[in-house]
Amino acid sequence: MATLQINGQTHEADVPDDMPLLWVLRDVIGMTGTKFGCGMALCGACTVHLDGTAVRACVTPVSFAAGRKITTIEGLSPDGTHPVQVAWRDLNVAQCGYCQTGQIMQAASLLGQTPNPTDEDIDNAMSGNLCRCGTYTRIRAAIRQAAAATGGAS
Amino acid sequence: MSRSPRTEPVITNLSRRSFLMGLGAGSLVLAVGLPIPGRTEEEQKKYAGEAMPHGLRDDPAIFVAIAADGTVTVVCHRSEMGQGVRTSLPMVVADELEADWPRVKVTQAPGNEPVYGNQDTDGSRSMRHHFMSMRRIGAAARRMLEEAAAAQWNVPAAEVEAVNHEVIHRASDRRLGYGELAGAAAALPVPARETVKLKDPAKFRYIGRGEAGLVDNLDITTGKARFGIDVRLDGMVYAVVARPPVYGGKLKSYDDTGALKVPGVLKVITLESAPIPSEFNPLGGVAVIASNTWAAIRGRDALKIAWEDGPNASYSSDTYRATLEAAARQPGKVVRSVGDVDAAMATATKRVAAEYYIPHQAHVSMEPPAAVARIADGRCEVWAGVQAPQTTREKVARHLGLGVENVTVNVTLLGGGFGRKSKPDFAVEAALLSRAMDGRAVKLTFTREDDLANGYLNTVAVQRLEAGLDEHGMPVAWLHRSVAPTITALFGPDSRHESPFELGMGFVDTPFAVPNIRLENPEAIAHTRVGWFRSVFNVPHAFAIQSFVGELAAAAGRDPKDYLLELIGPPRRIDPNSLPDGWNYGEDPAIYQVDAGRLRRVVQTVAEGAGWGRTLPKGSGLGIAAHRSFVTYTAVVVEVAVSDAGEISVPRVDIAVDCGPQINPERIRSQMEGAVIQGVSLATVSAATFKDGRVEQRNFDGYQVTRIDKAPREIHVHLVPADSYDQPLGGVGEPGLPPVAPALCNAVFAATGKRIRALPIGDQLLA
Repeated sequence: MATLQINGQTHEADVPDDMPLLWVLRDVIGMTGTKFGCGMALCGACTVHLDGTAVRACVTPVSFAAGRKITTIEGLSPDGTHPVQVAWRDLNVAQCGYCQTGQIMQAASLLGQTPNPTDEDIDNAMSGNLCRCGTYTRIRAAIRQAAAATGGAS
Repeated sequence: MSRSPRTEPVITNLSRRSFLMGLGAGSLVLAVGLPIPGRTEEEQKKYAGEAMPHGLRDDPAIFVAIAADGTVTVVCHRSEMGQGVRTSLPMVVADELEADWPRVKVTQAPGNEPVYGNQDTDGSRSMRHHFMSMRRIGAAARRMLEEAAAAQWNVPAAEVEAVNHEVIHRASDRRLGYGELAGAAAALPVPARETVKLKDPAKFRYIGRGEAGLVDNLDITTGKARFGIDVRLDGMVYAVVARPPVYGGKLKSYDDTGALKVPGVLKVITLESAPIPSEFNPLGGVAVIASNTWAAIRGRDALKIAWEDGPNASYSSDTYRATLEAAARQPGKVVRSVGDVDAAMATATKRVAAEYYIPHQAHVSMEPPAAVARIADGRCEVWAGVQAPQTTREKVARHLGLGVENVTVNVTLLGGGFGRKSKPDFAVEAALLSRAMDGRAVKLTFTREDDLANGYLNTVAVQRLEAGLDEHGMPVAWLHRSVAPTITALFGPDSRHESPFELGMGFVDTPFAVPNIRLENPEAIAHTRVGWFRSVFNVPHAFAIQSFVGELAAAAGRDPKDYLLELIGPPRRIDPNSLPDGWNYGEDPAIYQVDAGRLRRVVQTVAEGAGWGRTLPKGSGLGIAAHRSFVTYTAVVVEVAVSDAGEISVPRVDIAVDCGPQINPERIRSQMEGAVIQGVSLATVSAATFKDGRVEQRNFDGYQVTRIDKAPREIHVHLVPADSYDQPLGGVGEPGLPPVAPALCNAVFAATGKRIRALPIGDQLLA
């Protein structure tokens, strides 16, 4: 039995200790905003925050997440108004949208640690998140806009 | 007309206070194509949307509902996979309807072509085929609202006007909102197609402006968007399938002792293998059903399976490439011949020949194929992101032995499609597994490994080109052999030549001004499932042709852009049948010709936009390429920088597109940006290769796609405007892709002097 703090709420899940957080979220608890893309931490579609830092839920055992503050896309902001989410909509970043929840979580984690990221910072933080539709130029622009909105950018 | 039960999912999505415009007005017959005046019956060959299965529907009763609170709901009957169709098509309806965009909602049609008309979301056709029908839908509904208001006020309909969600009678300064008029309007007959008056384009609110935000933006950015893989039903169980790793293989034996011991595993089920050609059928194998996806995957890992690999067990990319090359060096089936190539070759001042190799490409949509199905009371219901909902319905029905009317396919968002999700094998698998579980809801998920091992890859090709040049370096003779396994091998085991739709993708329809041309298509045998991939055969054809043009320019010592323009020749319109392209993307050759002038113009536009000829540092270079596909014209300039160590980067890409009238310019830009990045990906890193009949790449560590750090830092999209909305529309989703790889490789040549003739570039440039 795992006790999880997800988006400020407590969830009990009767699952094996080594079950990846991704599948606990999606199949057991029913929060499907966190996506499956590879199962090997190669694509970033499953990115969530553990204590504010981006991790890949597909390779994070649920036992590791227990006792930490888990934030998923559903809880990034109460009403979808995190500056990253706003910038994503302003610039119509999404095409199919499937990878974007992971991209947004990764970008929010980046800006939490580096409020005014350089292009190199963006490359380093975001290159673990694949987008097959090819939205990278808008992702970069949206991160810059979100940084500016939060007073990070000069 | 009877109301089909299949329209119910739409109706039930609406408020109970909604009225379906004109429901019961008997207007379904409107959808039948009108004869084109001045043509005999024999000449009334159908083209475009009318030629697709189930044709076009333009009945507002089917597509528009207005609630008492004024909310306008528009049905989107095409699948959303990132191209923006759920925004762009309803935006057209809303514009003609004079609806206020924030008060417009979009609902997704289930698969039901007898009601909605063709739903195959492929071939860059959605806006191209449906712009006019969506306009007619909006305009007819607007007319009905105006008539309802006029009747209520007892004034002539000509005196009232719909403006931004209300109907106005200016003379008496009266106005009624759409919600107030909906009930009365719905009782009116739908005006006949030929009487529907379309808006003056000068009055368009949304069309051509691209200011409508994506309808799914909020859901996507908050995790609420529902893709096929996200569907959850009561009592649902989860499945993965171990499929034959070799195409045509089947199960020999298996031991599920270990699998059944994995906590959460409920059942192991065998699925019959499909013989070659497998069409869209599942490949069979062993399914593991569990209480969650992870348990199913672990259970599958614990299966011990022996496969009988079958006739493709020796398929290996290295030897197959040699086979294709050997075929390309021998004469093949002639598919186009102009003049006398052999004689012109013999007297040419100079001869240049080159061979190009383009490997299989995998779609690797970020959402792997996934579907949910359940069966109850003799009816099957499916939820999946599919590009061909009606085909999905028909295939599920056939595999279950049900009537099509007893299968419902609910179309979710697609987490990428790129052609993979035109094949409903995964939805059929979900349905078969639900049946094996006594109808219980089953979610079938392809893992990434499954997606790569059992996909429908883009073809693999060797293209051999030879030109005889005159004293100015221009070709007087052009010989091109295209060798590539055909998609039609999915349906007929003896298909060994490119079909007309494949030949017509940038091979026979290339409009170069060369006096002697011979195009040949030697045989190639498919050893895996070759399927539609974004831009399809345009990818290998354009890569070879546009790279070869770069090689000829170098041989002639000419500027590549000037050389390309001279090769295209003077502006002129060419009948596709004279090329001979009897397919022409399904479009009427009287309307859609091969326009050398438009091809020239995108070249000139992109050259100007990119600053062609600008000075670059050592190790950097510009490359150019142009291509017509899906009756749209695109040209690309790529800037590359190659380090001393041979590492390539792409600082900037410019792309010009002439797709005729631009309905949603914002989404055209995003499609071009995406195509550029996908093109960089296939040019630099992506390849699916085979050994012993098996795909060698298992996940994103093996099958590489471009990441943000290697993507172009800048992409500049140059939209070539159309003169008017009366001009025919071109496709948008696919045409951006074909010229990217050759432009990139031409840039590498400019930067380094090294000519890339095999994709991907990989480590070919490393010192």
